[in-house]
Amino acid sequence: MTRIEVVTPGLLTTVQDRGRPGLAHLGVPPSGAADPAAYELGNRMVGNPDGAAALEATLDGPVLRFDAPTTVALTGATTPVVRTVEMLDVGRCVNGVRTYVCVRGGIDVEPVLGSRSTDLLTGLGPAPLRGGDVLRVGPAPSRPAGPGTVPGPAVPGTPVLRIVPGPRDAWFAPDALEALCSEPWRVSSSSNRVGIRLEGPALERARRDELLSEGLVTGALQVPPSGQPILLLQDHPTTGGYPVIGVVRSDDVPLAAQLAPGFRVRFVVDPQFT
Amino acid sequence: MNVTVRPAGDHGALIELPDNGAAVRLAGLLREERSDLLDVVIGHTTVLVTWVGEIPDLGDAAERALVSEAGPAGRLVEIPVVYDGPDLDEVARLTGLSPEEVIARHTGAEHVAAFIGFQPGFAYLTGGDELLHVPRRDVPRTRVPGGTVAIAGPYSGVYPRESPGGWRLLGSTTALMFDPAREPPALLAPGDRVRFVVA
Repeated sequence: MTRIEVVTPGLLTTVQDRGRPGLAHLGVPPSGAADPAAYELGNRMVGNPDGAAALEATLDGPVLRFDAPTTVALTGATTPVVRTVEMLDVGRCVNGVRTYVCVRGGIDVEPVLGSRSTDLLTGLGPAPLRGGDVLRVGPAPSRPAGPGTVPGPAVPGTPVLRIVPGPRDAWFAPDALEALCSEPWRVSSSSNRVGIRLEGPALERARRDELLSEGLVTGALQVPPSGQPILLLQDHPTTGGYPVIGVVRSDDVPLAAQLAPGFRVRFVVDPQFT
Repeated sequence: MNVTVRPAGDHGALIELPDNGAAVRLAGLLREERSDLLDVVIGHTTVLVTWVGEIPDLGDAAERALVSEAGPAGRLVEIPVVYDGPDLDEVARLTGLSPEEVIARHTGAEHVAAFIGFQPGFAYLTGGDELLHVPRRDVPRTRVPGGTVAIAGPYSGVYPRESPGGWRLLGSTTALMFDPAREPPALLAPGDRVRFVVA
């Protein structure tokens, strides 16, 4: 069985698959690849079955040594490519912050609650990669690996994310939704897999009382008392007491997950929901 | 009485109910009857549902949850506590009680698990003695050990694992609140009754 030695772990590299959906009632976050589109593409490129575990690198990727020539796909914040390697320096992310390393056969770590994903909020799943770690690769699938490169998704200069207003838009001043959608928001450097912190004009509340804790979904724009929204990603807590003014459409979440600190992002109300 | 359903993204809805009991009943009905739902998450007075495919019709179950009688009382779980927490004296000062009275009132009440959140297996327990309703700490602690028994506002709770926390710490328990290898992994489910007992 092929083994991977982590020569250097990069800034933050975690194991990710499709996560732990359906366990939110136990307080278990969804987890899973923050950019599901890039992760699924990479698995298809190496012929892996759906749900095979991959590595998610953040900003600066790991250096990996394989003990046998191994087919890998790189997707996400890079030009999608399939290569056969014994040594792989993932390098810095371009056009985004998360690169997926999909290894033919998948990363074989012990699943926890049905998933191999690292959950940074609760500590479920394997710890982030450390230098010297050795990872096992699963058995090669019967499907062949795909072509060498595929066209990457176009990355817009200032991405626009579509939102569905609510569930708590009525807790905000009448013009707050308009304010959210009129100005570009700056992505804070204190963003992670739990959420992306956004900086811009404070969103005004209409109600000052405290919201009783309620369930949260990935993509929710939760607004703490500072008025600066937090866009929740896959490791978000399952409940929270800050009102959610709107939720990013699920097909726009992959784009949100690639927002780099310092970059700008715009929101628009999804025409289907106006 | 009315049920309000609000959008929670393109694959979710937040259902508002009059109280926690109705939320627990609705969640039970939905879990029994609706295999097309992905998550059914109880909040204090809400149920969040998510789905993968087409928008499900939720109206009927919500109406029935409102008219149905409260079900049989939930299972009773006893949690043994060593009351040696760092905030016991502070809680006594805030409430004007002696530390012994704080312990007596905390063990004297029957709590109900209202909902699970914050961390896997963290149950927000309501129904505690109103004299023990104290505000959270102004500055949360960066680390609270797993197994810590704490109170804040109308809630009691047990931290399942080490995490940051702003609640007032009364003591600790050896009860395992969450174990991924156990079925079910969470010791408490919404609707369960909880009594703290001196270990």
